[in-house]
This record gives sequence, structure tokens and C-alpha cells, in this order.
Amino acid sequence: MKFGIIIFPGTWSERDCYYALSDILNQKVDYIWHKETRLSEYDCIILPGGFSYGDYLRPGAIARFSPVMASLEHFASRGKLVIGICNGFQILCESGLLPGILLRNDHLEYRCQSTYIKAENTSTVFTSQCQNGQVLKIPISHYEGRYYADDATLAELESDKRVIFRYSTPTGEITESANPNGSLRNIAGIMNKKGNVLGMMPHPERACEPLLASSDGNIIWESIIANI
Amino acid sequence: MPISKEALDEVALSEKEYQLIVEQLGREPSEVELGMFGSLWSEHCGYKHSKALLKQLPSKSKRLLVKPGEENAGVVDIGDGLVVVMKIESHNHPSAIEPYQGAATGVGGIVRDIFTMGARPIALMNSLRFGPLTDPHNRYLFGGVVGGIAGYGNCLGIPDVGGEIFFAECYSANPLVNALCLGIAEAKKLVRARAYGEGNLLMLVGADTGRDGLHGASGLASRTFEEERELRSTVQVGNPFLEKLLIEACLELAETDWIAGMQDLGAAGLTSSAVESAARGGGGIEIDVLKMPRREKGMTPYEIMLSESQERMLVVVKKGYEDKVKALFDRWELRSDIIGHVTSDGVARIREGKKVVAEAPVNLLTSPPIYRRRVKKPEWLNKLQTFDVNSIPDLSRKKANSTLLRLLASPNIASKRCVYRQYDHQVGNNTVVLPGSDAAVLRIKGTKKAISLTTDGNARYCYVNPYLGGVIAVAEAARNLACSGAQPLAITDCLNFGNPEKGDVYYQLKECINGMVRACRELKIPVMSGNVSLYNETKGEAIYPTPVIGMVGLIEDVKKHCISGFKNEGDMVFLLGDRQAVDSSIGSSEYLELIHGIIKGNPYIDLGMEKRLQHCCLEAIGRGFINSAHDCSEGGLGVTLAESCLANGLGFASSDWKFEGRLDAALFGEAQSRIIVSVAPKSARKLEKLAARYQIAAARLGTVGGKRLILKGYIDLPLKEPGEAWWGGLEKSL
Repeated sequence: MKFGIIIFPGTWSERDCYYALSDILNQKVDYIWHKETRLSEYDCIILPGGFSYGDYLRPGAIARFSPVMASLEHFASRGKLVIGICNGFQILCESGLLPGILLRNDHLEYRCQSTYIKAENTSTVFTSQCQNGQVLKIPISHYEGRYYADDATLAELESDKRVIFRYSTPTGEITESANPNGSLRNIAGIMNKKGNVLGMMPHPERACEPLLASSDGNIIWESIIANI
Repeated sequence: MPISKEALDEVALSEKEYQLIVEQLGREPSEVELGMFGSLWSEHCGYKHSKALLKQLPSKSKRLLVKPGEENAGVVDIGDGLVVVMKIESHNHPSAIEPYQGAATGVGGIVRDIFTMGARPIALMNSLRFGPLTDPHNRYLFGGVVGGIAGYGNCLGIPDVGGEIFFAECYSANPLVNALCLGIAEAKKLVRARAYGEGNLLMLVGADTGRDGLHGASGLASRTFEEERELRSTVQVGNPFLEKLLIEACLELAETDWIAGMQDLGAAGLTSSAVESAARGGGGIEIDVLKMPRREKGMTPYEIMLSESQERMLVVVKKGYEDKVKALFDRWELRSDIIGHVTSDGVARIREGKKVVAEAPVNLLTSPPIYRRRVKKPEWLNKLQTFDVNSIPDLSRKKANSTLLRLLASPNIASKRCVYRQYDHQVGNNTVVLPGSDAAVLRIKGTKKAISLTTDGNARYCYVNPYLGGVIAVAEAARNLACSGAQPLAITDCLNFGNPEKGDVYYQLKECINGMVRACRELKIPVMSGNVSLYNETKGEAIYPTPVIGMVGLIEDVKKHCISGFKNEGDMVFLLGDRQAVDSSIGSSEYLELIHGIIKGNPYIDLGMEKRLQHCCLEAIGRGFINSAHDCSEGGLGVTLAESCLANGLGFASSDWKFEGRLDAALFGEAQSRIIVSVAPKSARKLEKLAARYQIAAARLGTVGGKRLILKGYIDLPLKEPGEAWWGGLEKSL
């Protein structure tokens, strides 16, 4: 199997994703420049974090027009796996591959910190290696991470069990104080209807070694690897 | 025609300096030439008042691969074919006028200094000084500066791993914003900032040139400013997205053999960039300003040569490779234009089409007069240095708890979490020790090694005693590294002072550098790079003499790094070093200023003991039996113990705590050369033996555990209280 990591101008977590997958998890990985359009050789595409096009206008609003995005839509429609992290999540929402939008954090500040997220649905390809209700320690780093969607969309996400991760306390309680950015219903990650496109604000590629305080991110990567 | 005083004032040259230029040129300089001389002979570019002093700083070491000032940043060998490239730089004056953009472009400038050498930037730090937060204008400056650093730095994907923030009245209208950047490169792939090879092409890459930042170097950075709020237009506006593209494109270019050199455009824009590269390359340059991509119409050659528009690079392209280089930049959607070429006649020639608008020898442009002064110790310093401890009442036992809480909540001591959580400190997947410890630790991928990084500089000590302040700044930075388990490698320093043309300020500068020299020699740490920021004055009042020491150290095995917070319940806590804080150690302390409103009294340090203490700590960490080590500095023993507890939420209880002399000195005195460590009980004897070998006192203080902080008979608090004071102190002041 093979991972592809898309690089937009201004992307910065591509190297961290590459390191985690290649050096730690021994996977085949390629970088893909945003002007490429051939994705057929890949099994999973990663849209990494960063500030594509400087986050100018709105995070992800310009990147969604990159040539690679049309190919990505086709790639996703064939049921292949896509994971958008942070800015990648924002791009997925802007391009309509995921519902809702990510607004500026409610406290109006950038936030880089460790967060705990509870795996709400462990029967997905992205979370199959999680225990039921397992809490993962994975850091965030964003300015616009407050998930927002209208009530109907939220209701649908909930009833389809497509809210994959919620910010929680270390012991798994979903509380207001555990929510770092004001996301509706503490949402940290959601998936599309088909179950093959995941968007999440926390950075699993930053939590892959005990040396860097957590290796819980590997549970997500290993789930993907096990399901391809 | 005699030159007018106004014209000279505009470029910040003295009449004497002007005469020197006329003499050396053999004629009056043209308008463009005068502007170029003004910038290059400014303190900011030419170091005319500080060079003679800076030369004394030791810079010889087998590990240092370039001399300070020879390149954009210093280079230190860390083995495995890798080098660390590091520099610190000030952006004080722009930040005083427009805090967000001033701080943002400060980050942009220092990052360019690093990647211009072919090194990937892997860490940023900031050393900041502000006036008290009780003043709304200071709160505005604070918010703007922090926002600017976050806004620009986060966009680049370089972690901001820490630094320091300190508040004092003297910084009220003159905040200090020093930015440090560290990069890693393969030694053999380093790119030099040299314009050499006749016929090689000068290519300008990145942003178009506008009228922003004219006279930044000569006007803003090299004189004092009184009522000059209208200077806002001299501050540049940053575009971090463009900078990010430049980083990636230039690092890709550094991998090729298509270029002879690379140099960013910083202070004094194209003038300093082109002329200084020519000086390093030993030749000359010729530039046609009409070929410069411009942001606005009607710009004069003078404006083009002195613009400080951000995010621009000058690339010296080997003849014949220009198409390849251009294609590379095209791919990154970056504009690139050939604006001139390298010559061999040693002249900087600037043309506007066919017309020559400046033609001056490179050597003359880069050789400002060097000033030395004889100065005497100012009388007022003697008064600051004499302080009788007995003139203030000792702390009463009853007030020990509440005083500790007040100190912990003081913005100078309180946790800076509410700031550093606004900076991405983890991107790059290298940050092993996050901000909040004594020093940040970053592993070096592909090796077992890690580097440790800190900035330090207690300006209050320097104000009272510039010499000892200089010594202590270096010693404390090294101690911070020792606490993380790192052997110090090299220093980058940023010297922030007032107007050096005043005797008192020159005395402070001279003494402070002397102190740094002494400590560098004693601790065997060379200076790799640095920057001076003089003329930090408002209404004739200088800031505290503020040397900021950025220090990098090496940890051979990343697994053997150490953190400052207590780690395990049941561990035994020791105070290594000066066992008994003498009464005079409250001189110049945070306690003395906060509680008694007094800024007086010499600090004290014994460098011999300092060295033994650091070696002892390093050996103990290297042998793996220390679980935490925290430098005992501002706020003394009481604050240091509290911080060690709060990092991981573990309590502490002392055995019988005995001290001689005054309670305030024992709890909050700032005697140097002390480290609080914790070890497993079974290792206690080992630590004591090791300390004895280094002739360092190791006093048993107590045990880690529980949910209270207890110094028997004096301090007894549930952790929640110091926790709220320390974690929330700074945020509450905003």
C-alpha cells in the first residue's frame, strides 16, 4: 500500500506526516505537488496541516481550487481513503468533501497544546484499532478550529455516528473546559457519509513516539494500515 | 556646495563623518551614495560604536566554522556532518511604533538569516521586554508583539520553543523584541553570502520593492526617538506566506550547484545586501535599478536602494544557470529578476538605465569609522550598589505564604503559558522538552543527539552592576542548559542598550561586555554571532542595559535529557550549590522590587563554583540518576520549589528546614549557582558522593509527594493556591 501527501504552497506538516509514516511506521510515502492530477497509484491521501496560501481569504478557500482537488474528489468517490489534518480538514470542508466549516477559535487566539480526544465510533477504517471510547492524547495547533454546522447537519452527523472524535478530559468526559476552541458538541473530527474521508483538527503525526510525549497518533495510522 | 545639517540628519551621519566620505571619495557624494553611506555607516549595519568592544568576545573554538559577522549567522559543528546555524536579532524600534508588524517582520528577518545559508530553520525563540502591564499602552504593545510573532511564525512551520518575557518601567515606550532562529544544515552544503566570480548574475527574488521601511537602519535603529509616532511608515509589513515559499525554494536551490552565494535583504535593503556580499566576495557589483520589480510608480534610485520591503532575497547565480534558477523559483510561484552582475573592480556601481547614480568603493562603504571612548563609572551607580539589607524589616513568618503567592503571580515570574500556547512549538516533530522548562530540547533526526536552547539576561542585575550582570547572564544561560543535560556549545548575543554617545551608556556597554567576556572565558563558551541594538531611549531615559544571551548546547544522547519539574512521588529533593543564601542575596532581587519597591544591591557570583556546579549537574544527568533539575533564579528557593511542583502537579514536603540569617533571603534571595534536583531515594548517596567530588554542597531539602507545598514552619499551601497564582498570574495582568 502507498500513502500520498499533498503539498500546497504554504503547507507545513507534510514532513511530519512523512516522518511518522515512513520512518516510524515503515510505510511507502510520496509527496504530491498540488498541481499533480494523478492519484491512482495511492491507497490513502493525506491533506496535511499548515497555512495553504497563507490562510488568506479563509483557511482552505484558495487551496480547494488547486488542480489536485478535482482528482481528489474522484479518488474519494471511488471509496479510497482520505485524511485531512488541521488545514487539510479545513480544505476538505471548503471543497465540500466534508460538511460544515471551521471558524476562528472562540477565544480568538491561536492555540498549540496537548488535547485529549475520545474515539466516538470505533468501527470506522480510521479508528478500528481503538478500544471502545478510548481517549487519545494528541496535540492541536490552529487558529481556526471551531467546528460549526447547522442543526440538521449536526443531527445527521450524530445519527450516522460520523462524529469520530470529540475533545474530552483525560478520562473521557465531554466537558466545556476540555473543548479548546469552542467547537460545537466538542467536535474534533468527522467523516463523510461513505466513511472513507476523515477530517480532524488534532495532529496525529505529532504523536507517534514516546519521546515526543505521546504515541497515540499511531493508533489512527495503524487503523488505516490495517484497513487497506 | 556645503551639505545641510538636515540632509545629514536624514541619513544620521555627523559632519565629521561626511567630511571623511568627501576626503576618501575625492568628491562630494551623490544623493544615492549619501543614502548608502548613511545606512552602511549606521550603528545597525556598521557597528561603529560597538565593534571595538565586541571584538573582545571570545570566538575561537574548533567547533565554530565562521567568525562572528563574517556571514549572516554563526555556524557551529555538532558532528555527524551537521552544523547548527544560529543568530539573534532585535526589532525593537519597529515594534515600539507598530507592535504587530514590527515583531512579525523581526521573525521574518531572523529566519531569512538562517535559510539564506542553506540551513533549515528548526526553532525560534523570543526574548521580550515591556513596561508594566498596568499601563494600557504597554498592554497594547504586549498584545501586538505576541500577536505578530504568532501570526508570522505559525505560518512558517517553524516551532517557537520558548524565550523570556520581563517587565520593567524603563521599557515603557521602548519594548525590546529580540528574535532568535536556529537551523540545521549539512556542513558541506552551507551557502555563503558572497558575491564573487566576475560575470555572475545578481538575481532578486520574492516581493516587489516598495517605499516601505526607508531609513529603517539609519533612521529607526540608530538614533533615539522622542516624539516620533509619525515614523509608522518606516515600519515594514510582513507577508509570512511569501516567506514560507522563499524558505522552501531557497533550500531547494541550496541543494544545487547553480549559485555562488545568497543573501537576504534586511536592514538597509539592497544597499547592505549587495555591498556587503561584494565585500565578502572581494569584488564589486553593478546594479541597474530600472530592472528592480517595483510595487509603485515613480520610485527614485535612492528609494529603491534603501527600501526595506520584506521577503526579498539576493541570489548570486553562476553565469549560465540563470534559466534553471528562474525555473525553480517559477515553480514556487516566486518572481525573480536579474538586476545586475558581479564585477572585479571593487566598486559598487548603481545605474538607472545608462546613468550612473552611485559609484563608490565597496571597501569604503563597509568601513565606517570605529569609535572608542574613555569613560568613568557614573556616580549614580555607586548609590545603586550600596544597599544595607538591615534598612528593611525581615519577612515575618506569618507572611511567608502570602509573599510566595505574590511573587508567583508577578508577571516576571508567573508562567508564560498564556503566551507560548499561542505559538506552534511542536511542528517539525523535534521538540522533546516544550516551553516552560529551563531550556527547550530538540532532537536531531537521523542521529542520537539533541540540542538544547535557551535565552537569558537579567537586566535588573545589569542596571545595578553591568559587569556582574554580564557575567551572570552568560552563567545563567549555561546553567539552564546544564539543567537540561546539555554541554554548552556557543552563544548568540543581542545587546540592547541606550545611546552609546552618552558616557554612562557607553560605560554600561563596555562593562557588560567585559563581564560577558569573563564568563565566556571561564566557562569556555565562544560567541558565534550577535547583534547590537543601541539608542533604546525615550525622552532621554535609557532602558536598562539588557544583554540577551541565546545559548545552544549539545546532548549526545537524547534519552539523557532532563526536565525542570518533579517527576516521581517519593523522590528526594536536593539543593545543589550555594547551601545558604547570604542576606545580601536579596539585593536586586524580584522580591526586593516587588515587595519593597527597591532596586538596589549588587548581585554576586563565584564563577569557579558555578563551573563545578554545572559540571556536577551534567555528570549526574549523564549518568542517568537525576529525575529533574531546575535552576534556582528569579524568586529564589521558594519560587523554584513551587515551579518544580507545579510543572507536573506534584507536591513537596521538607524535612526540618534550617537556615541562618534572614528569612526573606533564605526564601527569596537570588544567590547564583544553585540547582534544585530530585533523585530516587536509592540514588541519594550517589548524588552526595558526586557533589562532594566536585566540592559542591548538596543539601537534602525534602521529598516529592502529596498535594501541598511545605517548607516546615514557614510555607504550607495546598498546590492549588500557588498553582492559580503562577499559572494565572500573567493572564490576570492582561
